[in-house]
This record gives sequence, structure tokens and C-alpha cells, in this order.
Amino acid sequence: MIRNQLLVCAGGACITSGEKSVKDVLVDELKKNGIEDEVQVIETGCMGACDLGPIVVVYPEGTFYQKVTVKNAGLIVNEHLVKGRTVGELLYTEPASEKRARTSGDIPFYTRQVKRVLRNCGAIDPLSIEEYIARDGYFALGKALEMAPDEIIRILLDSGLRGRGGAGFPTGLKWKAAREAAGSPKYVVCNGDEGDPGAFMDRSVLEGDPHSIIEAMAIAGYAIGAEKGYVYVRAEYPLAIERFEYAIGKAREYGFLGRSILGTGFNFDIEIRIGAGAFVCGEETALLRSIEGKRGTPSVKPPFPAQSGLWNKPTLINNVETYANIPQIITNGAEWFRSVGSTKSPGTKVFALAGNVQNTGLVEVPMGTTLRELVFEIGGGIPGGKKFKAAQTGGPSGGVITAEYLDMPIDFDTVKEIGTIMGSGGLIVLDEDSCMVDVAKFYLGFTVDESCGKCTPCREGTRQMYHMMERICDGNGRDGDIERLSKLADVIKDTSLCGLGQSAPNPVLSTIRFYEDEYRAHIYEKKCPSHVCKHLLTYSITPDKCVGCTACARQCPVHAITGEVKKIHVIDQSKCTKCGSCYESCRFGAIRKE
Amino acid sequence: MKMNLEDRLEENPELKKQFDALEAYIGELATLEGSLINVLHRAQEIFGYLPDEVLEFVSGRLNMPRSTVYGVVTFYHFFSRVPKGRHIVSVCLGTACYVRGANAVYEKVMKTLGIKAGETTRDGRFSLDLVRCVGACGLAPVVVIDKDTYGRSTPEKVATLLNKYA
Repeated sequence: MIRNQLLVCAGGACITSGEKSVKDVLVDELKKNGIEDEVQVIETGCMGACDLGPIVVVYPEGTFYQKVTVKNAGLIVNEHLVKGRTVGELLYTEPASEKRARTSGDIPFYTRQVKRVLRNCGAIDPLSIEEYIARDGYFALGKALEMAPDEIIRILLDSGLRGRGGAGFPTGLKWKAAREAAGSPKYVVCNGDEGDPGAFMDRSVLEGDPHSIIEAMAIAGYAIGAEKGYVYVRAEYPLAIERFEYAIGKAREYGFLGRSILGTGFNFDIEIRIGAGAFVCGEETALLRSIEGKRGTPSVKPPFPAQSGLWNKPTLINNVETYANIPQIITNGAEWFRSVGSTKSPGTKVFALAGNVQNTGLVEVPMGTTLRELVFEIGGGIPGGKKFKAAQTGGPSGGVITAEYLDMPIDFDTVKEIGTIMGSGGLIVLDEDSCMVDVAKFYLGFTVDESCGKCTPCREGTRQMYHMMERICDGNGRDGDIERLSKLADVIKDTSLCGLGQSAPNPVLSTIRFYEDEYRAHIYEKKCPSHVCKHLLTYSITPDKCVGCTACARQCPVHAITGEVKKIHVIDQSKCTKCGSCYESCRFGAIRKE
Repeated sequence: MKMNLEDRLEENPELKKQFDALEAYIGELATLEGSLINVLHRAQEIFGYLPDEVLEFVSGRLNMPRSTVYGVVTFYHFFSRVPKGRHIVSVCLGTACYVRGANAVYEKVMKTLGIKAGETTRDGRFSLDLVRCVGACGLAPVVVIDKDTYGRSTPEKVATLLNKYA
């Protein structure tokens, strides 16, 4: 008899924090106590609170243990399971109230979320198809196979589901177009090429709830009349590939994939295709070329993939998070789906909270949630008492949401109005120490690397913009640079073929829009107000704080600092390379950075 | 004079084993259509990188021009045309890592190993790569060495870490 279950989070971040060895200790301790038959250890997908990992949850009571280490993991077995005493030191303490939380239901990070896409992530063993079925898994597939394909598409249209990959195109319309398109065979494709740096929700779903994607793709196959599906996963996600491959095998074994699924005569199967490290392959036409084994260069739309996609056949392509919504919409109906979110963007959205925020991790909230709720109530605010400056959304294709918009409900349309995009849901929080010119330059550098080279405006234009940004950050900005950047940005946007080029200038345009003063400070005053851009800094020594310990002089690689022991030191500005070694070595706060 | 592949395989049983493994993989594929990238992945696993003779072999087996194979290999960052070191150090320079100081980590690694991204140390111990997000943003900055991921890294921590890999 199993009396307890230990759910160990095996998401990417928890594994990084040492989950595997923690699990081994738990298993060992159970054996030592002779209770290995009574307590089951289950590795789950990502539980979301990456900052608290490794996480172990004890069921049935749901006790939530965080930051478990090899040293204290034994306590969970010896205290909690053997003696029935909760291990207080491993509980989460709410910083504001200093109250200890017993279950995830007591932690604000979790209580404000609405888990739909992530409902199984961290709750089931992703390797167990039985656990998925026990949570109504494959019910939607059974239901869908009894419906007419048009009826399924009607439900999707009514639900108002929009593509979660970034652009927010109505999913039902895509399905309708693929169904109506002439040509055979047709294909179903899942875009798991989550290239947007800072976003990892697709990874979590593929790793934590792979069957939901298999189920959704099978439903899609039935709805549009396809028998073959491809899942395209980035090579950077080996665990996702491994678990998904395993799940496909199990689904075949149980008759949810293969010939005559559930005895209905409908055939469908899925194959995994592994990416090879090209950001542009997240663009749908480029991704399709990559599945065909070719260079991932985008092509002109129309024709859209629904008309002419994989091997020029009608192809339905959706993002992982979009698919993850489908089974529940079929099971619970369009009205249920619309019960949360905003009118034009119903449902939930998964955000990856990262950057300068207290609680990093994956959060799922209704569309229309404000940035303030996300960053301060769920995210726990900015560490180190620093001020919030902006949140960056949409990665290299997006822009910033500034402090004045903290109370704006976030959905596909509202963010567009202020010059950024929803993107796949990466949300990088920037604090007052971040230089917006530097951040924009960073993204541009990314696009320069990742431009596939097909269109000249994107290939050469982004490079020219990058040179200008580099010049500005190096203190060589010229009068008219802001205007030149904006003009070139417009040309690139207007003349590039695919989404990568069309959106590449966004980070620059968005930061110019909200932080033109910072650009001006860099160009005209040769100053970086946030003290980030190295070449615009001056290091000097505050005489009344310097004790003459010589630490800085010893660290300085170019011997720019002179001074005798116990006497005030001086930096020779003509020699200083602004490397910052002195600043880091000074224990008295005597080095000033301006 | 350059020997042809068959003669070299006869002389070098190790190399023959590697080509046999690749041949076995290709032989088991249900269809060759669209399989080029998968085949290259497998080839890189077997050989560690993709030298000319492997590209030649693949182009012959899949019946496509070498220019096509070469075009695909050079398009994707994941494929390497040069041998890699025993350990592959990947420093993540995704946004989340960048805003939490990944640049300093990257500079420290470069300084410690004396190589830039895309290069291999002379003793063949380390290769250095830059990656754009490995999806562990919650623990930024992240460094991946071989298959192990290290979170919350600092320049000091990374320098000690590298010593663990012989």
C-alpha cells in the first residue's frame, strides 16, 4: 500500500539546483527506514517556482518543501514520514509577513495563478500515461472523434483562442483554413522551437505534460484531415526530446496514436524533428523548411502554410502552448475557456518571469492581468530594494513596458499599442541599474547573429544599426544618430520578408520612445546614466573614504593607480581602461563610478 | 596524396566502426525524405564534428549534392566543422542571464581558458560556446558544461568549476 507520495520537481531549474542527488538521498533514506514500499517517489515536470528549487512536495497533505539539499533531504523522510513532524526549516517563509507556508496554497506566488496550460506540470509523473489519463487525459480526443470536424473547429472559433507563439492569430481560423485547403496528404506541426531568450514555458509543457500535446495534435489531425504530425523541438532541450519521445511510444502502445485510434478508423502518428540552433526556425515557414531537412530560410506569405506548407501540402502549425489549451477547450467547451481573460484575448497566458525579480519562474495568469500583479504580487518585487524600471516582453522582437504602464491589463492588443508585443511570454524584469541603450544593443546583437541572411535589409540593416548602437555606447555617438536609427529601423521593418526582420528594430524603437533621454545622455553628454556602458564611465577615488590599503592599486591591470600605504590613492585617468577591478576590490566604498 | 575513403577505412578500424554506425542509422530510417538534419545530428554524435569525408558520405547516401549538405551544415549553429574539445563549456547569453551579469562570467571563462567562443583550447580539453537561452532563466546566469547545468554562476564560481573537468 502506498501511504505517501513524494513529488520531486524535475524541471530544468530544479535539476540545475541539484534535484537528482536530492532524489537519490530520498530513495536511500526510504530504504534505510524500510518504507520504500509505502512511499512512492515521483519526478514531475516543472512546478514553476524555479527560484525555490529543488522542491519536494509530500502528498496527501501537500506539504511544500523548498530549497531542499542533499544535507537536509533526509529530514523529509526521517522527520515528516517516519515521525509525522513537519520539517519547519524547509518550509517557505513569506518575506513580508514572515509566516511559514505549509502548502503551495499558502504561497502568493501560486495562489494568484490560474493553472490551465500548466495544470499537470508538477502534478503528475510525465512518464506515466496512466496519471495523465487519471486527470481526464485523452478524454477530449475520445469526445472529438465522436464529433464532426467542423463542429470541433466551431468550438475553437467560439472559444476565441489566439496563437500563443506571439502574433495572436485566431487559432480556429488557422484550423478552418487547413481543413478547407485542397491537397493531400495534410500535416499537423507543433512549433516547439522556443528560441526567444528568456521564455521556457514550451519546454516545461513538453517536459512536464507531453501527452497534452500529443492529444491536441491528434485532435488537430482529425479536424483538418491529416494523418501525420511533426513536433519540432530545439536541440537545446534534450530532456524535452527524451520525455516526448517516450510519451509518443506510450501513446502508441495505448492506441491513442497509430492506426484506427480508439477503434474509429482514424489514423494519426507523430514524429519528432530536432532543431539545430537557428533562431529563425521559430518562424513558421522557416521551421517547415527545417523539418524538410533544408536551410531554415523563410518564404513569402501568402501562400500560408495552411495552403502550402510542408512539402507544399496544406499544413497546420501551432505553438506548444496553443496546443496545450486544446484538449481542455474540447472537454469543457468554449464558454468555459472564455470565463477567464479579456474579451479579445480570452484564456490564460503563461509568463516566464526572469531578470531582476525576486521570484523567478513560470506563472500562468488570466490574460489582462496587470504588470504590477505579475512583478510585485506574484514576482515578489525587485531584489535588493531596487526600483522597477521596465519589463521587456517579446524578446528580440519586442520592446519594453515602463513603470507608467504597471497597471495596464496585459493582452495581445494592449501591449501592441505601446510598441511591444506579447511574444511567447518571456518577461524580463529590469531594475534601475539597467541601461536601456545597452539592453537594446544586446537584442540587436542577437538579431545580427540570427538573421538568416536572405533579405538584405535584415542582414545588412541590423548590422548597421548595431554599429551605431556600439558607437553610442562607446562614447562616439554623433548628432543625428537617433534620427538615423529610427529611419533605418523603419526601412528594415517595411522591407524584410519575415517576422524576424520586421520586428528586429523593435527593441531600439521601443527604448527610443520611452528612454530618449538616455540615448541623448549617451550621445551628447557621453554619459551612461545607469553606469553600465564601460567606455562612458569614470572611476575616481573619494579622498575622505580612502584608507590607503593599496588593494585597488594591486588589482589595477594597467598600473593606473598610485599612492603609498596608508595614504590617499589617485587614479590616472589617461591610463585607466575602465575595467572596474578597483571598484570591485575596494572594501571601503571609496571608488566612485560616474 | 590523399587516399580515398575506402582505403583509409581499411587501415583504420576505429574510423570504419564510426562509418558503420552512421550507415546503420541511415539504413534504419523509414524514409530518406527530409532526414538530412537528423542524419547530421547522428553523425556529429558519432564523430564529434562534421569533417569533409562525413559530408561526402552523407551526400552520397542521401543522394543529394554536397553543396546542399554543406549549406545545411553551415546554416545551423549546432553543427561544427572543427573537432571539439573533451568538454564543451556553453555560457548562456540569453536575456535573463545577460541582465544578471552573464557577460562578466563569459569574460572570466574566456580569460581562464584563453579562448573565444567557437574555439578549442590547444590541449583539447575545452571548447567554448555561447548559447542563447537554455531555458533555466530562473537561475540565471547559467553555464552548461557537457550535460551538467550550473545556475547562479559568478566569475569566481565558474573558475573553480572548470578545474573539476580534466
